[in-house]
Amino acid sequence: AMEGGPGARIREGDCAVLKRDEVFKAVSVLRRRKIIFEKQWFYLDNAIGHIYGTMFEVTSGGNLQPKQGVEETTTETKEAGTDNRNIVDDGKSQKLTHDDIKALKDKGIKGQEIVQQLIENSTTFRDKTEFAQDKYIKKKKKKYEAVITIVKPSTRILSTMYYAREPGKINHLRYDTLAQMLTLGNIHAGNKMIVMETCAGLVLGAVMERMGGYGSIIQMYPGGGPVRAATSCFGFPKAFFDKLHEFPLSKVQSLLSGTFTTETLPAEENALLEEESNGLSEEKQRQETEEEPAAETPMETNPAEEQDTMDMSAEDGEFKENKEKENKENVREKQIKQWERRKKLKEAAALLGEKNADGLIVASKFHPTPLLLSLLEFVAPSRPFVVYCQYKEPLLECYTKLRERGGVINLKLSESWLRNYQVLPDRSHPKLTMSGGGGYLLSGITVLLEKGRAEGSDSEALKVEEPAAKRCKLQHLPC
Amino acid sequence: MSFVEYGDTIKDGDTAIVFLGHESMFPVKVQHGTVTQTKYGVIRHSTDLIGKKYGSKVTCSKGGWVFILHPTPELWTMNLPHRTQILYSTDISIITMMLELKPGSIVCESGTGSGSLSHALIRTVAPTGHLYTVEFHQQRAEKAREEFREHGVEHLVTVTNQDVCKNGFGVSNIADAVFLDIPSPWEAIGHAKSALKAEGGRICSFSPCIEQVQRTCLAMEEYGFTEINTLEILLRVYNVKTISLQIPDLGKAAEDNSSTGFDSSNASHQASPCTNLQQGTVQFKSGVPLREVVGHTGYLTFATKN
Repeated sequence: AMEGGPGARIREGDCAVLKRDEVFKAVSVLRRRKIIFEKQWFYLDNAIGHIYGTMFEVTSGGNLQPKQGVEETTTETKEAGTDNRNIVDDGKSQKLTHDDIKALKDKGIKGQEIVQQLIENSTTFRDKTEFAQDKYIKKKKKKYEAVITIVKPSTRILSTMYYAREPGKINHLRYDTLAQMLTLGNIHAGNKMIVMETCAGLVLGAVMERMGGYGSIIQMYPGGGPVRAATSCFGFPKAFFDKLHEFPLSKVQSLLSGTFTTETLPAEENALLEEESNGLSEEKQRQETEEEPAAETPMETNPAEEQDTMDMSAEDGEFKENKEKENKENVREKQIKQWERRKKLKEAAALLGEKNADGLIVASKFHPTPLLLSLLEFVAPSRPFVVYCQYKEPLLECYTKLRERGGVINLKLSESWLRNYQVLPDRSHPKLTMSGGGGYLLSGITVLLEKGRAEGSDSEALKVEEPAAKRCKLQHLPC
Repeated sequence: MSFVEYGDTIKDGDTAIVFLGHESMFPVKVQHGTVTQTKYGVIRHSTDLIGKKYGSKVTCSKGGWVFILHPTPELWTMNLPHRTQILYSTDISIITMMLELKPGSIVCESGTGSGSLSHALIRTVAPTGHLYTVEFHQQRAEKAREEFREHGVEHLVTVTNQDVCKNGFGVSNIADAVFLDIPSPWEAIGHAKSALKAEGGRICSFSPCIEQVQRTCLAMEEYGFTEINTLEILLRVYNVKTISLQIPDLGKAAEDNSSTGFDSSNASHQASPCTNLQQGTVQFKSGVPLREVVGHTGYLTFATKN
């Protein structure tokens, strides 16, 4: 299970993450494939074989070169001013023009040297305070000395990346909120988890990472199939997917009412048709999610998949005469596929039917109340559940409805705040900006629901829990 | 039961959580022939607990009832006997994610303290990982060992009684992650570096004061750590309440019913039971922040060894 820990080497076909300062981008490592990242283009060919965490510089021709040590760009002259009373902004302090800088860049001069030239050609640099000089150098370094680190994907990196680049695709679930979910849900190896998410598969991936291939997961999905774009960025070993099941939300009601049987599954021919239409709706869904107002597409689409579809359409054109034979084979293939899908569906239904799951994680764009009221039926007593929602109000309703239903205790509505700090000698302070919102969580623990007197116990539970909440003391607060 | 594996029924020797009401609970060691006093009366372990399902409602001798819950690191954190100041689940969750812990991870921790974080770390790295925890206080180290035994996780943890700043973690080139919660973490950064695998790993230090953070950051830089990043996480808890606000009498109601200040068409479109114009109040659900909340636990500084 520990394959690809620290020290692993970058291999062709790996899922990797590019990092420049605080910006991330997930990519597949492929030879002769042009990558555009932070306004730079390059090839990953030279990175193959290096250890994850290696820092690279982009050389002319788009090649990556491992960065040799960390050279200090200290200005020999340790001259500095004490304040800025005589520094005037006349816009002429930099003697190099835009064209000069461009010429330097075009000549392929190292970024480090450009920064040095900028410093030498700044008339005000020596009058700046030491701190201001430091800041100036850092700013220029960031612009001209682009260092790209290739890192191994993890929940930490992917959840940070998604929140920064595509918050819309993960319902603005901030990484610290995701961290709370994993802890509140007691996610660990050996669990049997139910996950319902529309966060591009990020939450599923996070749960899979914490379970390390031990135990099982049943992913509930809306529409034609589960979206796992983010899950594939983790680069999990194949074995992790053996115990990953999926079950359509649209069949939950029939499963709960006991009308779900294999007979209710679509007949073979219909199934074929449905599969095709499912495929379509899946595609449509994918399009919809990609129609985010994001300026650039941060995620690489799976190139292997792309290739496959392209190859297939080419074949179709070339071998028309074999079409009939192929069609027969296709039908057979599809039948086998369909049979496998039915088998998997039956397995997932059986797992859910045991009603002994070790937890429930919900993070979707849907209203949480109906999801909770139904899916909690599949969870064993004395197990945690966590619901994420971008908005507080639906969770208020969910809270009330769960209280009416009973069978849950220790309900808690919470939100986490995250503050980043700049820590430098004599210049420590909270960072200028912080995230305004990372969503809300409703968590609790299931208990045995006494069916006979469910209604009676509801009001009882309300009576017992409500006033207690009011005299909640500070030392009892879980921090 | 164990803290790393769910069980369905309560067994002799288990640690269970007795849940009395909102935020009111305590741990109990299940033993044949033993009784536990609660404010609702006595619980007899042999008849009331052993063999029952976790999550059951147990009626006490005075007729009141409690729920018996399966232990988790989170419930333990809320109920453990404090020997020191402890880390709570909000900080623990971000520590676990930012240290990239998962099954199989090898972690070093100091100090062990009351074992709040230790239980969460063990839960996450089980069944193939290991926790090496160092505590310089002999009695606390011994107590932690005892608890790990009772909780069925002793095979996943090694407690060492020594000073981490002087003697390190007792292991080298083995850890994927190191966590420090000690008064002078900067004195342990060198030891942390040698405990981490040669190929690299992650480190986190928890300190309440910014001066501690500054010294720690300098030490991390000195030892060649990268991606040094300090953050703080705070939890806000909301009470769900139904609030009713009175509608002020502006003397308009008598003149025209539709001009009470609430657009009547609007009111009928909205959830009508919430708006009760007759009684002169509007009701709504609100998530109300607690009157007093934790404003600071500590700064968390993370870094990477490459």
